[in-house]
Amino acid sequence: MNAADRSMPETSAQTDGQRRSLRTLPFGKVRRDTLLGWLFVLPALAVYGVFVLFPVAMTVNYSLYRWDGFNVPKWVGLDNYKTVLTDPELVNTLFNAFRLIFFFTVIPVVLGLVVAAVIRGSATGKLGHLARTVLFLPQVIPLVAAGIVWTVVLSLNGIANQFLTAIGLKGITQAWLGSFDWALAAVGMIGAWVLLGLCTLLLLTGMSKIDKALYEAARIDGAGAFREFFAITLPSLKQELAVCITVTVIAALRSFDIVYVSTAGGPGNSTMVPGLEIYDLAFFGRSVGTASALGVVLILIILVLILPIQWLSRETGE
Amino acid sequence: MFLAFNRSRKVLGGLAAIALVASACSSSTATATPATSPTTAASTVASAPASSPAAGATACGTAPVTLSAYFETGFQIPFSETAEFTKEFPNVTFNITSDQYANISTSAARLLASDTPPDLIRLPTVVSLVKDKLLKNLDSYATTYGWDKWPASELLQNRVSATGERGSGSLYAFGLNYSMTGVFYNKKLATQIGMTTPPTTVADFEALLAKAKDAGITPIMQWNASKSGGGLVFPLQDLMASYGPTQPINDWVFDKAGATIDTAANLTATQHLETWIKNGYFPSDVNSIEYADANTRFTSGKALFLFNGDWSNADMDKNAAGNVGFFVFPSATAGGSFGTMASPLQYGIAASAKHADCAAFFFNWVATNAAARQINVTIGGSNPGGPADLPVPPAASGSVTNETLAVGPAIAKANGQMDFIANATGSIYASGWTPELQKMVGGKETAAGLLKAVQAEYVKEQNQ
Repeated sequence: MNAADRSMPETSAQTDGQRRSLRTLPFGKVRRDTLLGWLFVLPALAVYGVFVLFPVAMTVNYSLYRWDGFNVPKWVGLDNYKTVLTDPELVNTLFNAFRLIFFFTVIPVVLGLVVAAVIRGSATGKLGHLARTVLFLPQVIPLVAAGIVWTVVLSLNGIANQFLTAIGLKGITQAWLGSFDWALAAVGMIGAWVLLGLCTLLLLTGMSKIDKALYEAARIDGAGAFREFFAITLPSLKQELAVCITVTVIAALRSFDIVYVSTAGGPGNSTMVPGLEIYDLAFFGRSVGTASALGVVLILIILVLILPIQWLSRETGE
Repeated sequence: MFLAFNRSRKVLGGLAAIALVASACSSSTATATPATSPTTAASTVASAPASSPAAGATACGTAPVTLSAYFETGFQIPFSETAEFTKEFPNVTFNITSDQYANISTSAARLLASDTPPDLIRLPTVVSLVKDKLLKNLDSYATTYGWDKWPASELLQNRVSATGERGSGSLYAFGLNYSMTGVFYNKKLATQIGMTTPPTTVADFEALLAKAKDAGITPIMQWNASKSGGGLVFPLQDLMASYGPTQPINDWVFDKAGATIDTAANLTATQHLETWIKNGYFPSDVNSIEYADANTRFTSGKALFLFNGDWSNADMDKNAAGNVGFFVFPSATAGGSFGTMASPLQYGIAASAKHADCAAFFFNWVATNAAARQINVTIGGSNPGGPADLPVPPAASGSVTNETLAVGPAIAKANGQMDFIANATGSIYASGWTPELQKMVGGKETAAGLLKAVQAEYVKEQNQ
C-alpha cells in the first residue's frame, strides 16, 4: 500500500512531464492528436461520404449526360443545365419554389414571433403548455398523413368551405387545390401550418433565455410593449431567427411531400415544384440527366440563399 | 375509405399507364370476390385449336420445376391464375416476387438483364425492353399454340417492329386478359331523365347531358386531379373515335413515324369536350377530384355518367348493385364508326429465361383453360381473350360485367379497339394530357391549343 502510495504521484508526475515535453515537440504530438481526431470522425465521415457526398458527386456527374437510367449514357456537357434554365416549364417550377418561401418562411416566422410573444406574455400556465403542444403537433404528424387530411379539408365540401359558408362567405368557396389562382397558396398554407409550430417553439425557447432584468430596465425607462419587443426581444432572437429562416427556406425550396400528396403539381403545373419535377423527370420521363441538372441547380440556389443567413447570424450572434 | 384512397394514390401517382387504374381497382376486386372458381371446369383443358394441348402438356415436363415470376402488387389475377395452374400441374410451382407498378417500370430492365431473369413478368412499356433485346420473341409459340389464328386485334398491341414501333412485327408480350372502357350510367337517374336505351349518336348523348343538367343532376362524374392523372382523357379519346378513324390514333400511340394527334377530326372531338366543360356537365371541382373519389361519388348516385373501364365492375357491383349499366360511347352519326380504349394486361418472358417454354404454356393455358378463363371474368371483370370460338364464361347474374362483356364483340367487329393516348410516351400523361385538360377546365386552354401543346410534348419526349 505504502509503496504504491508513494509511487503513484511519481508516475503521474512523470507522465505529466512526458506530456508536457511531447507537446513542446512541434511535429510528432500534433500529428498524433490529428490522427486520433480523424479516427473519431472517421465512422461519421464514412457514412456522410457514402450517403451524402458520393450521391451529390454522382448527381453532378449524371447531370452532364443524357441518360435513361439503363442504356449507355451520352456525354452532353452543359446541355441539361441549358434546358433547366430555358425550358419555361422547368423555370416555372423554380419560381413556384420561391413563391412558397412566402408561405413556408415569412408567415411561420412572423406569426411565430407574435404567437411566442403572446404565449410568453399571457399564457404561461396550462394554457401555454396546451398552446405549445397544439402548435407543435404538425411536426409530429407524418407529412403524408397531414397532406391527405388537408386535401379533405380544402375540398369543395370540406371544412374550410363549410366554415366560409357559415360566416357568410359562400360566394368565394371553391375546390381550393383544384383552382389555378389558389392551389399554390393552399399548398403554401399547409406548409405554414406545419412550420408555424417549429418556429414558435424555437422562438419561445429563445425568449426564455433573455435576461428579465433587461425588460425591467426598459420598463423603468418607460418603454411600452412594442418598444420592448423591438428593442430587446427581436435583437436577442437573432440566432433562433437564423435557424427558423434557414430551416423553412430549405423546406420551401426542396418541398416535395406536401405537394406530391395534395396536388401532385396540378392543376396545369400551377403547383409544380423542383422536387416533384426531378422525380417525374427521372422516373417517368427517364431523363436522369435533366433531373440531375435540376437537382444541382436547386442545391446551388439553396446554398446561395442560406450561406449569407448563416454568416450574418454567426457574426452578430456571438 | 382512407385505405383505398391511399392505395390508389400510391399506385396511380404519376403513372402514365391507365392500365394502372386497372390494377388499383382489381385490388379491391380481389378483396371483394372470393378467389374460387368452378371446380368442375378446373381439370379440363379447353379445346384449344391445333396441337396445343398435346404440345403444351409436355412443355413443363413432369419433373418438379419452379418458375420465377415478377407480378404487380395488389393485382390478384396472376396470383389466382398461377395458383390454379399449380393445382392442375402440381410439378409446376411459382416463386413470385411482387412490386408496385411504378417500381416495376424502373427495375424491369435491370431484372431482365440479370443472371436470374424472371420467367414471367408484368410488363411496363415494351418498346425499350425489346430494343434492348431483353424480352423473348414469342413468334414460335404463337405458331405452336395457334395464337396467330386468334383475332388479330388481340395481339396487335403486343407486337413490336424491328424499328421499334408497336402494333406490327414480332410478338413480345401476351395479354393475360383484355380490359375495355366505356360509359357507366346510373339506371335510376337515367330513368328519371327519360333515358330508356343507351344513346346511339353523340347528339343523343349530348341531349341526355343537357336533360340531366336541367334536372339538377351532375351529368358526368370524372376525375381530373394530377394525383390520379387527367380522367377527362377518357371522354376525349372516345369522342376522337366517334369523329375519326381509330387507326391514326393507334399510330400515334404506337410511335409510328410522322404520326400526329393534332388532326381535324381530333379538333372536332376536343371542341365537343370543351363545350361540355363550358356547359357545366362536369362537377365544378373536377380538377381536384381523384380517381377513387370519382368512383365513390358515382356509385353513391351523385352523377348520371362515368367514363371508366371494366376493371371497376366489382366496385360497381359491390357499391351500386343492380343500379349500374354500361354502354360504349356512340358514333357521331347513326351507324357511323366508333371505338373505345381496350388494352391487354401485358406479361412477358425474359429473353434468357430458364423456363421459357413452360411460361409460354402457362400463357396459352390462361387463355384457353375454362377455369383460368372463369377466374379472369370473376376476379378481373375482363374478357379473357383467346380463340374466337371459345365462349366467354358468364359473370354472376346482375353483375355489370355481363354488360361490359356483351359489347366486346361489337367493338372488335367495328375494329374500334384503341390503346390509351395516355400511354404514347413515358410522361405524355403527366406532362401533356393532364395539365392541358386541367387548363381547359380552368378556361386557360382552347381545343386547338390543347392538341398543339400535347403534340409538342410528344415530339419533345421522342427527341429526348
